[in-house]
Amino acid sequence: MTQRLPALRPDLEIISEWIAPQSRVLDLGCGDGALLSYLNATREVTGYGLELDEDKIQKCLENKVNVIQSDLDAGLSGYFDADSFDYVILSLTLQAVRYPERLLDEMLHVGSEGIVSFPNFGYWQNRLQIAFGGHMPVSRNLPNDWYNTPNIHLCTLRDFENLCAKKDIVILQRTVVDQAHRTSLGMTLLPNLLGEIALYRFRRKPG
Amino acid sequence: MPKAIPADSVGLVTPQTRRFSAPLALDCGRTLDEYEVVYETYGELNCDRSNALLICHALSGDHHAAGYHSPDDKKPGWWDSCIGPGKPFDTRRFFVVSLNNLGGCKGSTGPVSLNPATGKPYGPDFPIVTVRDWVRSQKRLGEALGIEQWAAVIGGSLGGMQSLQWAMDYPNGLRHALVIAAAPKLSAQNIAFNEVARQAIMSDPDFHAGHYYEHNVTPRRGLMLARMLGHITYLSDDAMRAKFGRELREGKLGFGFDVEFQVESYLRYQGQSFVERFDANTYLLMTKALDYFDPAAEFDHNLSAALRQAQAGFLVLAFTSDWRFPPVRSREIVRALLDNDHDVSYAEITSHEGHDAFLIPNPRYQALLRAYMERVAVEAGVP
Repeated sequence: MTQRLPALRPDLEIISEWIAPQSRVLDLGCGDGALLSYLNATREVTGYGLELDEDKIQKCLENKVNVIQSDLDAGLSGYFDADSFDYVILSLTLQAVRYPERLLDEMLHVGSEGIVSFPNFGYWQNRLQIAFGGHMPVSRNLPNDWYNTPNIHLCTLRDFENLCAKKDIVILQRTVVDQAHRTSLGMTLLPNLLGEIALYRFRRKPG
Repeated sequence: MPKAIPADSVGLVTPQTRRFSAPLALDCGRTLDEYEVVYETYGELNCDRSNALLICHALSGDHHAAGYHSPDDKKPGWWDSCIGPGKPFDTRRFFVVSLNNLGGCKGSTGPVSLNPATGKPYGPDFPIVTVRDWVRSQKRLGEALGIEQWAAVIGGSLGGMQSLQWAMDYPNGLRHALVIAAAPKLSAQNIAFNEVARQAIMSDPDFHAGHYYEHNVTPRRGLMLARMLGHITYLSDDAMRAKFGRELREGKLGFGFDVEFQVESYLRYQGQSFVERFDANTYLLMTKALDYFDPAAEFDHNLSAALRQAQAGFLVLAFTSDWRFPPVRSREIVRALLDNDHDVSYAEITSHEGHDAFLIPNPRYQALLRAYMERVAVEAGVP
């Protein structure tokens, strides 16, 4: 690696380690394109980012990342054929889309593998806030109030894994981390209670 | 005249003419044995000849894209907002070439030119030229200027169709294509508007089947109507409402058919001033070039197949209020590029200006162009 790269958001760093070199990647809700830019520089990965926000699209162009302005709620099949990508990534966005189930289907339609990360609603601090505070959790990962949050489909690890089981989606890899994106023995033993952010890599069950 | 020429202007520019004597075979089957192309250039071509940008004009545009012909000019060239030192197409870094297309009326060979075979103006006998013919002639102009590969070919509307055609016809002739407010082909509605414009011109008693030069008249009313109609399609309903609303010139209804609403006055003014600067036969040709543009046709109407050979990186831009070539039409282009795994970026710019937005300064639009041109500059090896 000859050029110095800016530090990647820690969850994106974990995701980047899951991506095979020279693969084709679609990054949904790609933000400023940091992940694609990093993957391109370090692993010769090519692909596209999808983004809706005009400021972020401008950032992508500045970062020399291929970006397509589009609304994830409108689906992916308008743009992409089946099996166009090795990986389709959705980082910290699943909880904010209108049709998460449909989007998972589409991810595995246009790509062979999907990667998602999301804030774990089952994290113990969230549970405490509901159980004893009697209000929707507000935290570093979920900074908004219930009435102005973009996060309309929050779930726990168990919820996500149940959905995968129902949809014949095979989970290939799971990592659970805290806000600083460290993992610990506790998180490995009790991921749904102690993990703040969950990351999954998955594919459709063969056959 | 501008009080002083602005610092970010390319300044005073002089159009140049180049004569081509090798015959140019046209899509219609005819050949132009010799022809002239008028063009302007801004900035300097670098030693590697890697920093050239080609600007393709739209229906009523010409070679005068930036700067002033004289200190007395009221307005600069048509894309002065984007071309100049420090502007998105930065003339400190790039060598910008802008030409008048064949069939035009601003100096390149067209209907008003003398037909060497007859010694009279071509008039309606000028062959119908296509976007592909233009791209061929642009390729020759580039070669004449020593440019083997454009850093980018850039255009809006009909100009965007030319940059798309470039990427298909000369995959190695350009590194980037900027396709702005364009479409992969016209819709039936687009063609319908063009046909009404043509009928307006051709039914003018002064048209004389296109031979009006010989009668020393011009089909003023027809051309004016064509322009008025066109102008409506370039603006959005919102833009018209914001600009004119239902405002009355005299403040009250006159119960007659004179100009009463401001919008009527505006359209008549636009129509009349257009007649002074444009040729009716050229207008007919340009609308035909638009109607005929359909590069997917010879690929079994598969646009992806038409773009398969392209090598360029693409920036596709559309404007939200453009109803002439709305974003959905740009997305057809994007989809075909994605099918081929080509490098492409696409943005829909929020604007209330309608199709005209591609000519109007807008901070977001300019920032996106600037960001993309940075990439073009890096690849061109431009500091």
